[in-house]
Amino acid sequence: MVSVRESPGGLGLTGDQLMDMLYKMMLARAIGQRVRMLNRMGKVPFAVTGEGQEAAQVGTAYALAPGKDWVVPYYRDIGVVLVIGQTPRDLLLEALARGESVSSGGRNMPSHFSDPKLRIVSGAAVVATQIVHAVGTAFASKLRGLDEVSMVWFGDGATSEGDCHEAMNFAGIHGLPVVFVCEHNQYAISVPWTKQMAVENVSVRAQGYGFPGVTVDGNDVLAVYGSAREAVDRARRGEGPTFIEAKTYRLVPHTSDDDDRRYRSREEVEKWAKKDPIIRFQAYLQEHGLLDAKERDDLAMKVAEEVDAATEYAENAPLPDPESALKHVFAEEKGR
Amino acid sequence: MAEKNMVEAVRDAMSEEMERDPRVIVLGEDVANGGVFRATQGLLDEFGPDRCIDTPLAESAIVGVAIGASLNGVIPIAEIQFADFIHPAMDQIVSEAARLRYRSNGGWGCPITIRAPYGAGIHGGPYHSQSVEAIYGHVPGLKVVCVATPYDAKGLLKSAIRDPDPVLFLEHKRAYRLHRWDVPDEDYTIPIGEAEVKRDGKDISLITYGMMLHHALKAAETVEAEDGISAEVIDLRTISPLDKETILKSVEKTGKALVVYEDNLTGGFGAEVAAIIAQEAFDFLDGPVTRVASPDVPIAPYAGVLEEYVLPNPAKIASAIRDLAAY
Ligand SMILES: Cc1ncc(C[n+]2csc(CCOP(=O)(O)OP(=O)(O)O)c2C)c(N)n1
Repeated sequence: MVSVRESPGGLGLTGDQLMDMLYKMMLARAIGQRVRMLNRMGKVPFAVTGEGQEAAQVGTAYALAPGKDWVVPYYRDIGVVLVIGQTPRDLLLEALARGESVSSGGRNMPSHFSDPKLRIVSGAAVVATQIVHAVGTAFASKLRGLDEVSMVWFGDGATSEGDCHEAMNFAGIHGLPVVFVCEHNQYAISVPWTKQMAVENVSVRAQGYGFPGVTVDGNDVLAVYGSAREAVDRARRGEGPTFIEAKTYRLVPHTSDDDDRRYRSREEVEKWAKKDPIIRFQAYLQEHGLLDAKERDDLAMKVAEEVDAATEYAENAPLPDPESALKHVFAEEKGR
Repeated sequence: MAEKNMVEAVRDAMSEEMERDPRVIVLGEDVANGGVFRATQGLLDEFGPDRCIDTPLAESAIVGVAIGASLNGVIPIAEIQFADFIHPAMDQIVSEAARLRYRSNGGWGCPITIRAPYGAGIHGGPYHSQSVEAIYGHVPGLKVVCVATPYDAKGLLKSAIRDPDPVLFLEHKRAYRLHRWDVPDEDYTIPIGEAEVKRDGKDISLITYGMMLHHALKAAETVEAEDGISAEVIDLRTISPLDKETILKSVEKTGKALVVYEDNLTGGFGAEVAAIIAQEAFDFLDGPVTRVASPDVPIAPYAGVLEEYVLPNPAKIASAIRDLAAY
């Protein structure tokens, strides 16, 4: 397992960037928590979030050039879309299914991110189909001679789907500028990863498609960033795809409809809570004199205020016009 | 103007569109070598390996990669070698291509064309004969075209390639080399969503598409000559969106509707046509809306006698026309 525990300068990140990474991780955490709270309050019928996976998300997305590179996330990736440029307001509007939500205007379930200006590609709820789309955007970049990288995120369960194989095989054949990121959180709903694969590290599969795969501590944001940086640089140099397996853990139930006590012990969750990527990164920054307790608390306050403001805005934003349900089936509004 | 068969017309449409618009590419199994029906013959030489691309044998990836590429400035024509093998890609077509615009509230569009030879009558057995138009015609956000003549194939394929939304373009393989008909050399398009009256008549309306068009035309000639029945034949050409006006106008004139399709009867696309006529032309009807289709068995068994037995043909259609005309 790669572990990048170098000095903060070692990855070419400035102190400001490190602080920004922490901020995005904390923001992702707070938004996830808020959406689940709104669910319990009965304001959001469904919540799917990614608390615990922020390092894997922020660390990978941070290696991209927002607005230029192609971003194909899955439903846990609040941290990814925040790094690329979505705002708490965008995410709360989406969670509350408001008409002005850029992701879908209330059509898709929450956490199905989309933002054409930021090249965040809209996703279905179908596990793994998006992996092929990232290969398609990367294929187009290559055909058109454009200096773009595509990155796609998915869970460990998704690696069992045929589309994952078809996508990786296609990408390998054409040496495409695409980075596959598996957020290995050890469960697909209740099914443990050992029922998903017969290998210790699913990254070994990359070899079978002719490109490198790495396994990284997915709760170590700098380790994740280091491997993503390398993968993105490789892709940009025209050297083809990379598969990154970020070993992490989802600290919350699968969705608001899931009771995870039925399939994993509280001890196990507690054990992983101690490896919380945000606490770890804060400790790391404090160790290196980049963050003190007051700065940490100020940041937490700022995040809370932003999420509150976004929630208030979104709650007051109008619901979709019911008749909008008939729009955008086709490009022109002719209907069928 | 030159005489072309349908497969040549399909090839011409692709070649002309690739010439016209450098964003257009073709991808699929064996396409670089011309494809198993020769529909992509010569495209590799003309446009090079970056625009005529052999894919791995993976239908979901063919469509899924086309979807992704279409988001990034490429206009893909994805070939599925036989419609029978489109099912592994159904998820990408139905869940992804067809829903992308809607689910993103108009944020993303998916300008892909998926071409697939379909249909029976070539001793293809249960896996080289299927009609899939009813399955996909049910899906909002997807346009479905069924062509069976060289002229229509060229004009409609050009429209499909230029369309901002996903189009499933079904080419009846029995019609590929059936005729050589006049096809203009110059550029022309036929709008998606317009049926065509292929034969004027006043006593009964035959509503059909695909290979059944040719059978219906033959049957119409027969009943005209033998029974003096004047049958109008409408070629839907597009299944979705459906040209209801042309259907209803004809039925309002004749008062009798015979819907003819090759697929097995139950839940076939003709059922939708029949429902529309029953509801919207009820006051004009002078007989039961009637369907001629294959029986509910997997289409189609291989042996010639079995295939002949299940598929509608001119004689079966003529007999149904006579029954309905006499009603
Ligand atoms: C094709 C498909 N099958 C089943 C489901 C139902 N489902 C939703 S999420 C999920 C588990 C996905 O697990 P994984 O890929 O590991 O991602 P995670 O949710 O753990 O982040 C399942 C089975 C689905 N959405 N799509």
